[in-house]
Amino acid sequence: MKRFFNRLTSSETVAGYTFLLPNFLGFLLFTSLPVLASLVLSFMDWDILTPPKFAGISNFVTLFHDKLFWQYVGNTLYLMANIPITMVGALLVALLMNQKLRGIVIYRTIYFLPSVCSGVAVCLLWRWLYNPDFGLINTMLGQIGIQGPDWLSSTTWAKPALMLMGLWGAVGGMNMILYLAALQGVPPELYEAAEIDGANAWQKFKAITLPFLSPTTFFIGIMAVIHGFQGGFMSAFIMTNGGPAGSTTTIEYYIYNNAYQWFKMGYAASIAWVLFIVVLIITLFNWRFGGKLVQYN
Amino acid sequence: MSSMQNNDAQVISRAPARADSDAYLRSRKRKLVRDRFLAIVTHTVLIIGGISMIVPFLWMLSTSLKEPGAVFTFPPQWIPKPAMWDNYARAWSAVPFGRFYLNSIFVALAVTLGQVFTSSLAAYSFARLRFPGRDNIFLGYLATMMIPGSVTMIPVFILLKTIGWIDTYWALIVPGIFSAYGTFMLRQFFMGLPRDLEDAAKIDGCSLFGIYYRVILPLSLPALATLTTFTFMGSWNNFMWPLIVINSMEKKTLPIGLASFQGLYTTDWTLLMAGSIIVLLPVLIVFIFNQRFFVKGIQLGGVKG
Repeated sequence: MKRFFNRLTSSETVAGYTFLLPNFLGFLLFTSLPVLASLVLSFMDWDILTPPKFAGISNFVTLFHDKLFWQYVGNTLYLMANIPITMVGALLVALLMNQKLRGIVIYRTIYFLPSVCSGVAVCLLWRWLYNPDFGLINTMLGQIGIQGPDWLSSTTWAKPALMLMGLWGAVGGMNMILYLAALQGVPPELYEAAEIDGANAWQKFKAITLPFLSPTTFFIGIMAVIHGFQGGFMSAFIMTNGGPAGSTTTIEYYIYNNAYQWFKMGYAASIAWVLFIVVLIITLFNWRFGGKLVQYN
Repeated sequence: MSSMQNNDAQVISRAPARADSDAYLRSRKRKLVRDRFLAIVTHTVLIIGGISMIVPFLWMLSTSLKEPGAVFTFPPQWIPKPAMWDNYARAWSAVPFGRFYLNSIFVALAVTLGQVFTSSLAAYSFARLRFPGRDNIFLGYLATMMIPGSVTMIPVFILLKTIGWIDTYWALIVPGIFSAYGTFMLRQFFMGLPRDLEDAAKIDGCSLFGIYYRVILPLSLPALATLTTFTFMGSWNNFMWPLIVINSMEKKTLPIGLASFQGLYTTDWTLLMAGSIIVLLPVLIVFIFNQRFFVKGIQLGGVKG
């Protein structure tokens, strides 16, 4: 006990707590206590103006039968189909850029440009590109004789339109740079050895490049899935208002509407917690089973 | 591919000794032709891709300089005549873009400074100092990194509403200062630093804060720069949180300012594109001149996260 007390008052301990304190206070106030608070809130009905009422599990029961919620879950998953597409695209761009070419810095800058741009401006730009009558995309389609759809007002085309925009914005961005860094870490001797053994380009890619990239792929994939479940708010808010007929509303957008538009704080918290649990389970699953496919050197 | 080129260099230096071998020369020639062919294909693909990256921006620029009626012509004209530079003046005075800029810069600077300071102090504490409960607290930090923002956002919103911070700069800055991710990233970096310098400083009678300030921080400039870039960009582009906590026009940051600009001029495309360019241009310029730096930062910050 005395030793414990001595340790607590030793200068290193005091310094340790002091240095940690500013960050830890913020962590308590803005992260860990709010997590608990929102769990408590998910069992309440609260519109902020009147005192909160205990509601038991009714929020979760309502959620389970909420047709809109399931539609928005479907939308979110649909939009997440963009994750593998974008990852393959980023890998292809990285493979092209990994070659010793003239002007590679220029290419890299150009491909990276869309991803540094503020999201709202890019959303405005694409809303204009998708304009059914005078937007660039339908104009160009018209020139080759295709009558383009009214992209953002069509329940069929609104999601693919958002995905195409996402692909444009991400294909040369962070993930491409991460892939490029990983590619540059592959030892050249391996390729030389494979060449001597008569391996062709595809065989070299499959046997050397892909395994070497697997930790990067794993990292990018896990992060993209975590973000994907919480994504889609800004572009839908700016470009479609979540429509048409809710076809671009995501889970995150639904939480936003419930909490800050309709002031159903308890219901919003219960959706957020369900989202959290789903993300947690899927990430653990990815870790458990995706981790096996990763080959660390 | 780079491997092939290394290979080439070696082969060329050895070449004279084997120059008499016809078969060898033929295979070298074939390889050179193949390499050149590959380079041409790569350039072509990259250029086509590059055009699709750039064209939307050119379209944006072209639209922003058109007369309002000229956007509805077919086929679209790429070089507007006359160029309506006046669109920019109109956009600039339609909503207070200058004010949005100041707000965004101020908030991003404050969040970044605060986050780098509190995160690096905490990270030093986690990485180098021994105290009871340290590892459990750190585990707690790690555990929260996967929690969706919307889970914590609701109670934080209620908390700020209770203390009257809604629609103030405090609401934009204070919750953003504390970051588990920043602490984690810096802690990982600090763990990798050699201890010799710290020991030397300790022997010279340097205080623990002195070691943090004079030894650890100067050694960690790459990691600090990465955290600074990420935090600044994150705050600069943050959309949902300012949208929730800010109502009055003069406190809006650029993203939500631009969004309310869209609300006012829904389909006035020349004006909307001019406003978007006003928002984008400085960022693009900063990026183009610091391109290398961005790339390094991503490589450092991304893999460790």
